[in-house]
Amino acid sequence: MKNWQKYLGLIISLLAVTLLAVWPLITSKPVDREVAFTILKGIALASSLNIILGYTGYVSFGHIVYFGLGGYIGFYLISQQGWSIYPSMLAGGLIAGLFAFLLGKAILRLRGAYFALATIGVNMAVLSFISNFDLLGGPIGMTLNFNIYKEYGGAAQALQLIFYLMVAITLITIIVSYLVRTSKFGLGLLAIREDEDAAEVMGVVAPNLKTWAYVLSAIFPGVIGVLFFFKNGSIEPHPAFPLHTSIELIVMVMLGGQGTVFGPILGAAAYQRMRGLLLTTPIFKNIQLSVAGVLLLIIVLFIPAGVVGWIRNRFPITRRVLQ
Amino acid sequence: MTILLQVEGLTKKFGGLTALSDVTFDLPEGQIMGLIGPNGAGKTTLFNVVNGVYPATKGKVIFKGKDVTNVKTYEMAQLGLARTHQIVKPLNELSVLDNVIVGACFGRQGFGLGKATPIAEEVLEFVDLADRSDQLASSLNIAQKKRLEMARALAAQPHLILMDEVLAGLNQSEITEMVETVRKIRDQGITIIMIEHVMEAVMKVSDHMIVLNFGAQIAEGTPEVIQSNPAVIEAYLGDPKLAQKLMQKAME
Repeated sequence: MKNWQKYLGLIISLLAVTLLAVWPLITSKPVDREVAFTILKGIALASSLNIILGYTGYVSFGHIVYFGLGGYIGFYLISQQGWSIYPSMLAGGLIAGLFAFLLGKAILRLRGAYFALATIGVNMAVLSFISNFDLLGGPIGMTLNFNIYKEYGGAAQALQLIFYLMVAITLITIIVSYLVRTSKFGLGLLAIREDEDAAEVMGVVAPNLKTWAYVLSAIFPGVIGVLFFFKNGSIEPHPAFPLHTSIELIVMVMLGGQGTVFGPILGAAAYQRMRGLLLTTPIFKNIQLSVAGVLLLIIVLFIPAGVVGWIRNRFPITRRVLQ
Repeated sequence: MTILLQVEGLTKKFGGLTALSDVTFDLPEGQIMGLIGPNGAGKTTLFNVVNGVYPATKGKVIFKGKDVTNVKTYEMAQLGLARTHQIVKPLNELSVLDNVIVGACFGRQGFGLGKATPIAEEVLEFVDLADRSDQLASSLNIAQKKRLEMARALAAQPHLILMDEVLAGLNQSEITEMVETVRKIRDQGITIIMIEHVMEAVMKVSDHMIVLNFGAQIAEGTPEVIQSNPAVIEAYLGDPKLAQKLMQKAME
């Protein structure tokens, strides 16, 4: 196979994201940029979740905890310690990763529904802790002084910068997802997903591989959390740890195709667009979450492999292109 | 002749049930050892304790001169012990080739992906699954899945393979083929312990045999010795002298 063909799966994924990033620059409408930002955020979060959910087969139901935790750490550093956005993003990601490492050592021993329940419990526990922790603002959270955006050339420029950073994070997430998928490490994860006991008998050191997959899948949500709340200008416990967003992320991954690189991109883009349309339609605007639930049900019942998985199974020739 | 595996006084209890009691044997390198016994005798439990799935209650397992009692399964695999399962465990949503690559990548040799692929292809050729390598493992039939188990074990290039009923559920011609494959594996210098219920086949292929009944080792020796051992016949068929004893009792 020619060299570039080997990377076709990655190229297509990156191209899709780049197109999405360029679209608001062409139309140069702030509204389009906001829509693109939301979709990119969905893609990056879903792609990170896919590493533990799709590749390793562990349903991390409360995965949004890393988004909130990273967000809080970064927000604290920016607003109280006067850090710039870049080191704060790094710190948010690293602390989310460290937390996942310690937590993973404990809860990754659980399998199936027990693991999923434990992750929900963790999200709830962190939410309650933060709500009662005065250093991070307790129940009312923290707000940014708007002067802070001056450092970046004013609020408008800051928004533009945040958008570019989001594009960069999304691209990096996808590259990491691709590298994991095509590496020996990734093959070990897939083996764990299919049959953890059989994998261990073949020599896969499941406890370590699972932990690293979990850490990787937590770092990016941590970074994105910092960026998102920096843009938001304020942070509060409940918007930082929304369990329903966790569920929506699972819907995105399942819809596109769990365990594939392109699946979460497609799933996130489709779901975010649908959500946008539902929210602006009078009949659906209050029940858009129920639609997500029904969608998940339909996927699980009829196309458990997701759209990309279904196409790959149906037309084996596409396997080289769709990864 | 070097001893590859030594099992000393191995005992496994599940609560009040003694699944294995005081099993002791030495396995020389390059041999095929047959492990037989009625259902529930503890044969698979012995495999599970040797390869670290269950911790031993008492006793020792020594592999290549190293005490490996209660070592984790993945460490055993890396030391060069591979195994096939009685109830096949294919990685369903992965291709047949990828299944074997997992064995090559994470087993004794720990190959990288690039090196593992040609080895996996070679092994698939050997077990006669090469034309299925792109299919999903779930699409194979039972005989093919058993061969896939074998291929995964072989791809690691292990010192010892534990084979758990690789002949069960196969028809006569498939059994003949599989026995041939087992012999070829031994000829490559890999030591084998096989649990088997197909007596004719296991007697033919084994260099040495061990018989378990209710977790205890009731006989040991060459296939000829085992065949005529009264304790073995009793374990399988009941007491051969039972009728005579009952008659005697009635006469008195």
